Amino acid sequence: MADKSKIPLPQPTPETQHFWDGAKAGELRLQQCNDCSAVYFPPRPFCPTCGHREVSVIRASGKGKLYSYIINHRPHPAFDGPYSIAVVELDEGPRMMTNIVNTPQAPESLTLDMPVVVTFESMSDDISLPYFEPAANQSASANGEGKS
Amino acid sequence: MKPGSVAIVGAAETTELGKIPGMSQIQLHADAALNAIADAGLKITDIDGVATAGESPTAIAHYLGITPKWVDGTAVGGCSFMLHVRHAAAAINEGLCETVLITHGESGRSGVGRGGFRGAAASLQGQFEAPYGIMGPPSLFTIPFLRYMKETGMTLEQLAMVSVVQREWAALNPRASFRDPLTIDDVLNERMIAWPFTKLQCCLVTDGGGALILTSAERAQDFPQKPVYIIGTGESVETPMISQMEDFTTSKAFRVSGAKAFAEAGISHDDVDHLMIYDAFAHLPIYGLEDLGFCERGEAADFIWERNTAIGGKLPVNTNGGGLSYMHSGMYGMYALQESVRQMRGTAPAQVEGAKISVCHGVGGMFAASGTVIMSNEQP
Ligand SMILES: [Zn+2]
Repeated sequence: MADKSKIPLPQPTPETQHFWDGAKAGELRLQQCNDCSAVYFPPRPFCPTCGHREVSVIRASGKGKLYSYIINHRPHPAFDGPYSIAVVELDEGPRMMTNIVNTPQAPESLTLDMPVVVTFESMSDDISLPYFEPAANQSASANGEGKS
Repeated sequence: MKPGSVAIVGAAETTELGKIPGMSQIQLHADAALNAIADAGLKITDIDGVATAGESPTAIAHYLGITPKWVDGTAVGGCSFMLHVRHAAAAINEGLCETVLITHGESGRSGVGRGGFRGAAASLQGQFEAPYGIMGPPSLFTIPFLRYMKETGMTLEQLAMVSVVQREWAALNPRASFRDPLTIDDVLNERMIAWPFTKLQCCLVTDGGGALILTSAERAQDFPQKPVYIIGTGESVETPMISQMEDFTTSKAFRVSGAKAFAEAGISHDDVDHLMIYDAFAHLPIYGLEDLGFCERGEAADFIWERNTAIGGKLPVNTNGGGLSYMHSGMYGMYALQESVRQMRGTAPAQVEGAKISVCHGVGGMFAASGTVIMSNEQP
């Protein structure tokens, strides 16, 4: 049985705290350069495109597409059976690693470029992890219960 | 070094000194770096060489948004930065890069984002990759490949062919770990490790070692072995996080490193007789052939399928059997270099007749870093 306590939890730093505060509040947060407008991830208090040191935290739409992935077949104590380790490309541009959840972990249900949306899971008092699920799930569950 | 040939043109410390609980260790590096770059009147994009200790030069370069042509991670304690200055001077004199940034940052008092177990969970990989069930290179190095397949139309059978062809080379090598012939079905039907990669598409895990001795070309004439000359070199780093690769279908570190090595050597691809591409996983020769410029984008799979890299092909690749069949101790680069040296000496078990130029291309840390060495048995 999957033991979620085996997931190594992130330890926020001063430069990433806004991201984890956002995740706890159910928001996916990115940063944007006040000078060149580049939107970037992972967090840092300056723009990696132009070096400008004034940047803003923005709330991302939470929407994106499945960019690439593997299905890990080696056993991991925090997961039941094979599971996806994926990278999603957010509508705002940056990419991030995640697991695609609430869908069978098989190539047939994990097609590249399929729309995905963020969903958060509370792991501790301080940390909620962002996961992604097929966008089709959330439109289906908008009418009622839909999550497994 | 040549006296007076290199100068320091920018210098700064972090904005604050003393107790800085509001900055992680990597941000202390970055804060000092940005201040020094401003002091020099430069932009980040002017920097093409990065040296650091305490953090990896890959992490510093990616964090700052630098694509270096030279990196130095020499870490020998508190005097590391003196060594970096010396190495940088040599690198600049040699034309390996033009403008070097040397950084230091250490959250020695506050311990924010500092090394060790806690530091790992506070690193960007620790925060943004580790929670998702990553289990070493097989679960990370392989992630970009589905995107490559979708964009180029490459098939899983073509990926399997990489292992098949390298096993043919290994069969000629008495020291290879695996020498029995393989078929495409053998490869595809093996145990799944990280879909779509089976066990035969992942490198071996073995024990071993290797070493090299270098001296001046002038002195090299007086040694018993036939000299193998270094005629071009390249290096770069991209990102310590596979999820942050700029493009999943090509390695920026490969492209920068390869182009620099070819430019230094002053050779064209047609001049190359032998090629080693560090193959921790079966897709690496595909990326290597394209990013080094031997194939156009999307054409490497056909190039291997048509047996151009196989025995008797026009560009023999991974002639020891590679990390997939010869051996792989964890840091395989040394074994690729050894095979290039054997080929240039004319002593390889699967010797490429008349080979004069060998390109040896390495990867480090899941597409994080790259180094290229071009060797010749003729002095240019
Ligand atoms: Zn900017």
